[in-house]
Parts: sequence; C-alpha cells; structure tokens
Amino acid sequence: MNEVPPPVKLLPWAPEHMGEAAEPPQAPRREPGVLAGLLLALRLAWRQLRADRARLATAIAGVMFACLLVFMQLGFRGALFDSATNLFRAMRADLFLMHPLTEASFRAEAIPRARAWQALADAEVDRAVPVYLAQVTLRNPETGSRRAVQLIGLDADAGAVDFPGLADVAAALRRPDTFAFDRLSRPEFGPVAAMFARNGPFPVQLGTREMELVGLVEVGPSFGADGNVVLSEQNFRRVFTRQAAQADLVALKLRPGADVAATQARLAALLPGDVLVLTHAEMVARERLYWETGTPIGFIFLFGSVMGLVVGMVIVYQILFADIAGHLSEYATLKAMGYSNGYLARVVLGAAVILAVVGFIPGFVLSTLLYGYVAGATFLPLEMYTERAVGVFLLIFGMCFAAGLLAMRKLRDANPADMF
Amino acid sequence: MEAPVELRGVNFAYGEGELRRQVLREVDLRIGPGEIVILTGPSGSGKTTLLTLIGALRAMQEGQARVLGESLLGASEAQRVRLRRRIGFIFQNHNLLGFLTARQNVAMSLELDGRRTEAQRLARAGEMLGAVGLSDHLEKQPAQLSGGQRQRVAIARALAGDPGLILADEPTAALDKQTGQEVVRLLRDLAKGRGVPILLVTHDPRILDLADRIVDMEDGRVVQAAKASA
Repeated sequence: MNEVPPPVKLLPWAPEHMGEAAEPPQAPRREPGVLAGLLLALRLAWRQLRADRARLATAIAGVMFACLLVFMQLGFRGALFDSATNLFRAMRADLFLMHPLTEASFRAEAIPRARAWQALADAEVDRAVPVYLAQVTLRNPETGSRRAVQLIGLDADAGAVDFPGLADVAAALRRPDTFAFDRLSRPEFGPVAAMFARNGPFPVQLGTREMELVGLVEVGPSFGADGNVVLSEQNFRRVFTRQAAQADLVALKLRPGADVAATQARLAALLPGDVLVLTHAEMVARERLYWETGTPIGFIFLFGSVMGLVVGMVIVYQILFADIAGHLSEYATLKAMGYSNGYLARVVLGAAVILAVVGFIPGFVLSTLLYGYVAGATFLPLEMYTERAVGVFLLIFGMCFAAGLLAMRKLRDANPADMF
Repeated sequence: MEAPVELRGVNFAYGEGELRRQVLREVDLRIGPGEIVILTGPSGSGKTTLLTLIGALRAMQEGQARVLGESLLGASEAQRVRLRRRIGFIFQNHNLLGFLTARQNVAMSLELDGRRTEAQRLARAGEMLGAVGLSDHLEKQPAQLSGGQRQRVAIARALAGDPGLILADEPTAALDKQTGQEVVRLLRDLAKGRGVPILLVTHDPRILDLADRIVDMEDGRVVQAAKASA
C-alpha cells in the first residue's frame, strides 16, 4: 500500500525542535480599524511636524498670519456693516412702514404721514409714530467747528420707538428748542456728554438755530452720520424745514400679545403699494444689504480675506511639500513595508489639519486682543462672535486641507522600486 | 510544500518601442524555506529589478511568479501592497525615519497589523531590538546611532512583523568589514531561527560564505547557481 507521509508541519529549526515553547498560534493578519488607522496616521504626522521645530514654527506663523488677516478683514467688514446699521438697530419698535424705494436711512424716500393713521385701523396696532430723518450741522461747543449730524424727529412721548435712554429725556424733549444728543457720537463733536454730566443742560447750535441740549441717548455713529440727535417733531421742523405730511418712516407699536407676523401680513394687504411693512430685524437687514451690495465695501473685505487665505495656503503647501520632498526615501520605505498610498495621503492631510488647529489657536487669541485694541482706536464695534470664530476656523481648516491635497501629489515621487 | 519564492520564465523590460530594453530574460528561481540565497552579478545584470519584482514593488510583465503563495502576474496595486506587508525589506541605506526613536521605527512595521495593541507593539519592538543587541539604545533617534547600529535597527524592523521572506539589497555597502559581517551573521542567525528565507543582492565578497546558494546573473539571465560551500 502506498503510505502518504503526513505533511511536514514543523521546520527543523522551529522552536519546538530547539527545546523552546511553541509560539501560540496567531489569528490571521488583519488591518487595523479605520479609526485606529486614522489616529496612527495623525500621530505619525504630528511626530514628523514636531521633529523640525523651526519648520513647525514657520508653518504655525503662516497659519496664524492667515487667521489674523481673515479675522481682521471679517471683523472690519462686520463692524462697518454693524455701524452702518446703528441708527436702525437702536430704533426699536414692533413694526415699521417704509417706502419701497428707500435703500438706506441716510436718503429715505418720503411716505405720506397718513399711512400712520391708516395703520391704526388694524385692531392690533396700538400706536403709530411718524419718524423724520434729516442731516444738519452741529457746532462743537468747545472748538466752534461744525460737523454733519443725523436728526431723528419723532414723538418721544408716544413710546412707540425706544432708543436706549430716550424714556428719561422724553419729558424734557416736549419743551421748545430742545434735543437729546447721542453719547456714542464721534469725539469730533466735542466732549458734549462730559459737559452735560458736569453742567446739566446747555445751549448748542443745531443747523442755524440755538437749541438746548437736555439729555443723552445711545445710538452710535454710522457711515451716513458721525453723530445723532433726537428731538420732537415740532423741534425737528424748527431746525429743518420740511412738509409735516411727508414722513420718512412710521414706527408702529402693537398691543401686548399681538401676533407680529399676522399683523404685518394684514397691514401689507391693507396699505397701498407705496409702503413696505417690515419688522425691526427686516429693516436692519435691508439697511445692511444696501451697504453690502450697493457699495464696494463688502467686496474689498472679502478680497482681503481671500488674499489672507491664499497666502496662508501657499505657506502651508510649501511646508508640507518640503516635508515630503525631504523624506522621499523614508516615504518610499514605508510604501515598501506595505503602507498604502492612501495611508501616506492621510499622514499628509493629518499634518495639514494639525497645522490648522495649532495655528488657529494663537491666531484666535491674538485677533481677540487686536479687536479690543482696534475697537478702542476706531470706535468701530469690533467683537469676537462665536459664529465668526467658527466660520474662520472652518476657512482655515479648508485652507490647510487644500494645501495638503496639493502637496499630496508629491507623494507619487516616492517610489519604493527606486529604493534599491 | 510550496517554496516561498518560485519564478519561472520571468521576462521584464523597461521602456517602449525603440527605447525598450530587456533586463530580465527567462529567469527561473526557486528559494526554499529557510534558504539564504545571494544574488550577484555586474551592474545592469538585472539583480535589482528581480529583487523589486519579487518584493512586489513593481508590476510583473511576463512569466510565472509565486511569492508566499501569491501569484504576482496581474496582481493589483492593493494586492501587492498587502503582500509587501509579509516581506521584510532591508535597504542599502537604513532609511529609518529620522524623527522616530529606534523603538518607534521598529514598531512602524507592526502598525499595519491590527492584531497588536500599542503596548504590545512597543514591547515586541523592544524585544526585536534586544535580539539585535540594541537593548540600550531603544529610545535613541537614528542620528544618535552609528552606521552599524542603524542597519541593525533596520534588520529588527524587517524582522519584527514575522515576515515570510526577507529581501536585502547591499545591506553591508555602507558598513566596514567587521560591522558588515556582524550585521549579516545576525541576519542569518535570526532568519535561520525562524525558518525565513533570505534573498540578498550584494557585490560584497566578504559575505558570500554566509549563503546556502549563490546565484550569478549576467545580462538578465541566471548564468550559474552554485552551492556556496560544499
């Protein structure tokens, strides 16, 4: 009979034959999990970045610079738009009537005052107050120089419109030839607020008329005007000649508990086509849209932000590219050891992502400090909003990611077959 | 039992059309388990190309080739990448990652295998470095090691993943005579202990006596396969 010998299982030099314990049988090879693989790639990227401190510092500085540039550009942009809408943002009421052709507060199209009384036809509308806007000059009480100021004429007693501080001066504004001054106005008008705090009411020339400053409100300067003055309808007409039947805005106060959206819809249907019915937020958004789209300001800052991102991307790309180019043989060795192209691509992208995070943090801190400094110097409302911080981080992240994708192409040059 | 490396009628050419240059012609080669084979021959004889083909670093063009049970002809890039993980490579230059310590470098060859945890990988890397006599240099970076020590780290790295085959290209070229012989002896002892075959390309006559078999190549053909020492 043919005896089939049992297959040789152990080599002569296997541990069992050498008097050692046999190695425990191992499970078949398997790839590390997706998450574990990503973490390992990220760790390798970090170790590589960390090894060259000077290069890492350059990369971080590049990302930080881009971050700072974008933050400042977006900050200025936001601050300018915020300040442009200061007047409307400070003027709070439930609903507003405005001419459809009014693009910006500084040149409002007049609407018939009768629309205010017509709006009262709706049961939910409690009060309607016409608002008159105009610009005249105000004489600096200290130096005597004159400067344009925004006039806001309205019936402060009616309580339909609320400016911060207006309630306290409403009674005084009823007197003839009185006005309230915006304490946030630019300093070119003189130390008006300080003088008022020290001496109480004092006379100031508004337009061609001597008026009495009787109180302070808070509005804030905007593109259109460096300062604001609030006065009653009658006093407004004393300073600025104007037909009383032509108002610029109408502010509506609704009864408590009224449905604002429903009332808005009813009024829009009721009133003729020469007025728009807007909520406060809509009116502010409309003003902002004018400055964003009707002027090159939005584009200028957008362009500045893009330039910052491009410069940052080039720096990060250079760093990543140099890192790959300088380690081509090591990358090729990794490929020979069985690391796939995809794994090495993840290492490069990992480095890009690390640079984004490590560069963003100092960039964010520095930008926050600069916001405070610049806001103090320019009177612009520069503030670090969470949305902006998140947005800039996403931009920086995208910038680094794109740089990583570009630099990744260099990996193709790491060919393990050329290693021998 | 199937031999770890089995080539039959392998042809390979670089370039296209008039620039086409045949570098391997009808190469047959068989390496048994635990065998140490040295590949010699003048420059341009095709040794290195053969090594890169066996190592799955290059796509095959023609012929039959089975390495560690996998057929190479027509294998996809992904299949070749997977096969490479079962092969230990030792290069002329150590090619260690300069920003990692010796132990981390060795552990790199284990990170592609999900069976071990990080602690197990580092422990295994430490054992391998101990086996090549570098227990005192685990946490040093390549720049702090001598040439011989670096090559020994590279050997530990090649062996750490329990490869089924070791391919080495001029592993002693950058080393002096004594270090070179030490390194190759170490390689041989470790390989013999595990039954891993080694294919070594070298011009270095000082290490020829370590081979079980010497394969001489010329003009892309195997011209002679001599037993090294009777």
